[in-house]
Amino acid sequence: MTFELFSNLVGAFFTLCIFSFLYKDNPLYQMSEQLLVGISLGYSLVLVYERTFIPFFVQPIFLKQEWILIIPSIIGMFYLLRFSRKLSWLSRYPIAFSMMGVGASVALAMHNSILVQMRQAMVPLESVNLALIFIGTIAVLLYFFFSKAHTGVYGKFVDIGKWFMMVGFGASFGLTVMARISLLIGRIQFLVNDVFLALKHAFFG
Amino acid sequence: MKKTIPLLVVILGGFIWLAWVFVPHRLLQDVFYYDFYLPWARAMAPFGMLLGVMSLSMMHYGKIRRKAPKWQYSFFFFAGFIATSLAGFIGGTQKGGLYMWLFENLQMPMSSTMFSLLAFYMASAAYKAFRARSAEATVLLVAAIIVMLAQVPLGVKISRHLPDISQWILDVPNLASKRGIMLGVGLGSVATTLKILLGIERSYLGGE
Repeated sequence: MTFELFSNLVGAFFTLCIFSFLYKDNPLYQMSEQLLVGISLGYSLVLVYERTFIPFFVQPIFLKQEWILIIPSIIGMFYLLRFSRKLSWLSRYPIAFSMMGVGASVALAMHNSILVQMRQAMVPLESVNLALIFIGTIAVLLYFFFSKAHTGVYGKFVDIGKWFMMVGFGASFGLTVMARISLLIGRIQFLVNDVFLALKHAFFG
Repeated sequence: MKKTIPLLVVILGGFIWLAWVFVPHRLLQDVFYYDFYLPWARAMAPFGMLLGVMSLSMMHYGKIRRKAPKWQYSFFFFAGFIATSLAGFIGGTQKGGLYMWLFENLQMPMSSTMFSLLAFYMASAAYKAFRARSAEATVLLVAAIIVMLAQVPLGVKISRHLPDISQWILDVPNLASKRGIMLGVGLGSVATTLKILLGIERSYLGGE
């Protein structure tokens, strides 16, 4: 048995462990689930150490003598005081530092989610499709406007928004299902080609 | 000291960030952003990761100590975490090492299988929605079926117009609904960030 086949067998074992959840919750699934969380955490920890801690903490302070960075490091360590009953309030300082970014978010959310969308919506209604998009956008916006009761002609117009949203959700649902199915096909191809056929070649030629 | 200073940091820093978006002055673009904020934020970031590691480890340690339901599985969490961390710290992260082997043969297959499981649950959710027999659920499922069929060869065999209909659904009603929702989300985001910036919303600072 080659090392590659052994590696594929390990992958296949854990793939089947996860798939076993389709039957019912069982010890093999629970074991794989916890193992996955542990491996993912260990993987991220090493990546953060190598790509953030060393180049942005160790190297600037100890190699470039940028001593000022000791201050944010100490503030960063305050995160860990979250576990202390008496000093947990100090963990608010690093949180506050990261929350400063909301200032930029005000302007950026206004630009990206409102102004750009409005500019794209305000085009000459030269075709039926453009008119439909315009009516749909207005109807969807009004559907979430609860200061006026959804009754009468207004209620009927607002209802159009609901139908537009149903079609939109359906499209998103379809795309998501297809993405998941392509992952499923990938896993089945792995089990058939990389494991079952490789085992067959290894033992029966 | 406990709440006021962090709140002032958010408000003052927030307004500096707001100015950073609009004012192209060197003091904001270079001195504030590149010389101050970026190096400071990067020096702090690893400790946030450490907080996550400690929190999860303490949770599992507590489960084992209390012998809480399913406590035995917490050993697998520690086994995976310690093995991957040691493999990365001692053996390095290059291809061919144990660290990448664990990633390629355990983490990747398990996480993609986990996501592929959702295909089954989404199918059962669709079935339940169809059983509801409401007009809305029918419209949703018809749109979903058209979009799904248009992506596979079978769909083109059923009707050669199916890809065009699917594209129309994505380009017209889907776009209109997404744009309406996006505008609503944008207004909500602006309102929430303004509340934080002005010190009205303080829940992120926690209790006490």
